[in-house]
Amino acid sequence: MKELQYPFDAEAILSHKKKLRRQLLGDGTGRVCKKIAILGGYTTSNIRLMLELFLLDQGIEPSFYESEYNQYYQDAMFPNAELEAFAPDIIYICTCCRNVTALPSLRDAKDAVNALLESEYERFRAMWDRLEAVYHCPIIQNNMEMPYYRLLGNRDAWDVHGATNFLTRLNLRFYDYAADHEHFYICDVNYLSADYGLTAWSDPFYWHMYKYAVNVNAIPYLSFNVSNIIKSLLGKNKKGLVLDLDNTLWGGVIGDDGVENIELGPETSLGQAYSEFQRYLKAHRDLGILLNVDSKNEESNALAGLNHPDSELHPEDFIVIRANWDPKDRNFADIADSLGLLPESLVFVDDNPAERHIVTGQLPGVAAPEIGEVCEYIRNIDRNGFFEATVLSEDDFRRNEMYRSNAARRMQEKSFPDYESYLRSLGMKARILPFEPMYMGRIAQLTNKSNQFNLTTRRYTQSEIEALAADGSYLTMYGKLEDCFGDNGVVSVVIGHLEGDTCRIDLWLMSCRVLKREMESAMMDTLIRKCMKLGMRRILGVYYPTAKNGMVRSFYETMGFAPAGSDERGGTVWEYQVPGTYSDRQTVIEVTSDLNGPVNG
Amino acid sequence: MKTGMPEENKEGPEGPGRDTMTREEVYEKLDEVFQDVFDDESIHVSDATTANDIEDWDSLEHINLMVAVENMFKIKFNMGQVGGLKNVGEMVDLILTKVK
Repeated sequence: MKELQYPFDAEAILSHKKKLRRQLLGDGTGRVCKKIAILGGYTTSNIRLMLELFLLDQGIEPSFYESEYNQYYQDAMFPNAELEAFAPDIIYICTCCRNVTALPSLRDAKDAVNALLESEYERFRAMWDRLEAVYHCPIIQNNMEMPYYRLLGNRDAWDVHGATNFLTRLNLRFYDYAADHEHFYICDVNYLSADYGLTAWSDPFYWHMYKYAVNVNAIPYLSFNVSNIIKSLLGKNKKGLVLDLDNTLWGGVIGDDGVENIELGPETSLGQAYSEFQRYLKAHRDLGILLNVDSKNEESNALAGLNHPDSELHPEDFIVIRANWDPKDRNFADIADSLGLLPESLVFVDDNPAERHIVTGQLPGVAAPEIGEVCEYIRNIDRNGFFEATVLSEDDFRRNEMYRSNAARRMQEKSFPDYESYLRSLGMKARILPFEPMYMGRIAQLTNKSNQFNLTTRRYTQSEIEALAADGSYLTMYGKLEDCFGDNGVVSVVIGHLEGDTCRIDLWLMSCRVLKREMESAMMDTLIRKCMKLGMRRILGVYYPTAKNGMVRSFYETMGFAPAGSDERGGTVWEYQVPGTYSDRQTVIEVTSDLNGPVNG
Repeated sequence: MKTGMPEENKEGPEGPGRDTMTREEVYEKLDEVFQDVFDDESIHVSDATTANDIEDWDSLEHINLMVAVENMFKIKFNMGQVGGLKNVGEMVDLILTKVK
């Protein structure tokens, strides 16, 4: 909801939190349930209440374990039946610089200061290691905000005796740990507090009165930031930007003013501001964010603007360019459709509030931040955390390339007599194998973000995926697809549970970027052949309908399964008798698999 | 902060007297704060109201209430003033000393 998008009114959120919660819970949207443990070094009640609101708004319904006041260390380090029974999906360690056991004194020798730093770091590291070993779930850790005062003045920054220096070095140790540990994430309180203003953020009033290390009015910013890390871990990041042109990417109206008169480039202050914004947008391509244009313009004018000599963005930086006089919401839906994405996974950037209103009104779930004036555009997009990069995969770097290849494939499609000869011309090669260590991150990401081609919509954390891969009673398969235009990466995931002579399919999903390529048939062929090898007699599949997975309602029927009633959760069950001999459903993809290997990798 | 404005103009265009609130005006706004914080439009507070009269008014919610009061009246309480309040009447007394 609008109230919870940056730039938000933090005071209003705090005052109206109960009403907002009631509205969110009553809005009828389906949400994924997650258990979050907050281990606090100070009062965390409002941090939990605010975090709940922001998560609900991001499609996540949290339940919480909250440690007693300042019990983070005890909760982490010692057996805790309550926390173990709670079995958190995510642990958030909410600490502050007041939780540091001891700061250096001026009389300490340099070695003593180093030893102090080491012992403080070790205290945290021991917690993280133990939490990881006991709870196997992602850990989010606050870094240290800078101290409220500087005993040594500016010298505090560089002298090892300075608290500023000590906390900075401690933070660097935290970052080294983050770089070495895949499921460990930093909540950058140091940045947040600087952004908010350290004097207000660390106002000692709230500490002495209430034992809040953060100004209560700043808590929405902290909780919003944590919610962005969590939604990113659950695969709920936005995937692309849909950009207006006039007065968004450049100053002026190109159709009226002419390409030579738009404000862009180093000649004017306004032109410089638009150039900086364009550079900011362009940098998103490396994160795998898809850039698109939705503009009310003649296409020739739109292209003239993007070919302006001072334009940082060029036509080839965009996947889809829609410049015409159709309503913007229709173009927006069209862009999402041609990318094979849901509209809500794209962010609309337009200076015109009326256009934002039309798009968000017609396409619920689409974010259209109030970007303000050109000098505020970057902040108002950036602070929303749409693209929070908790996990950066090789796929992210190559995503733009892949989507462009898809556009090329669509062109080629038109020049073949029939669809099969088109598919053959793609020279598709698939690798369908048990889960392997190097793909665990991508597999978990897919289980969390695939909504459309997903039969059961079951979500898994990476630790759960790793556990399944090591469990002999599960059959796991990932599918990777390559063709003459490029490598699509891991696009399909199947998890089967083996019970006696039955293989029950817990998860079957595929990325929509490879729809209509026969990849699902290749996966099924491999599954059936694997089941034959293992002596399975039947395969059971179930379809749980959601608001988004209507496209696979008849999937099992198409694959030759017979209806077998429904289960207690409202799913339709499908059954397949494993045959003695089998001929493959598809012949257009060359498949590499490991039929004689073990059940799991 | 230096504004360069002569002292006598500081009361703004509405003239003298508009800066002081009456007890009734404070209560009107205070009802709104209580109704928001406790999400209950039937709440109306009076001098004698205490935490015992409102179910959800515990120590954690008290913090939110005080912050919401500060934000509504654009004031800042001092340490010590927040803890010692016996009832809403005393809170109103305190607000009246701050908004002047």
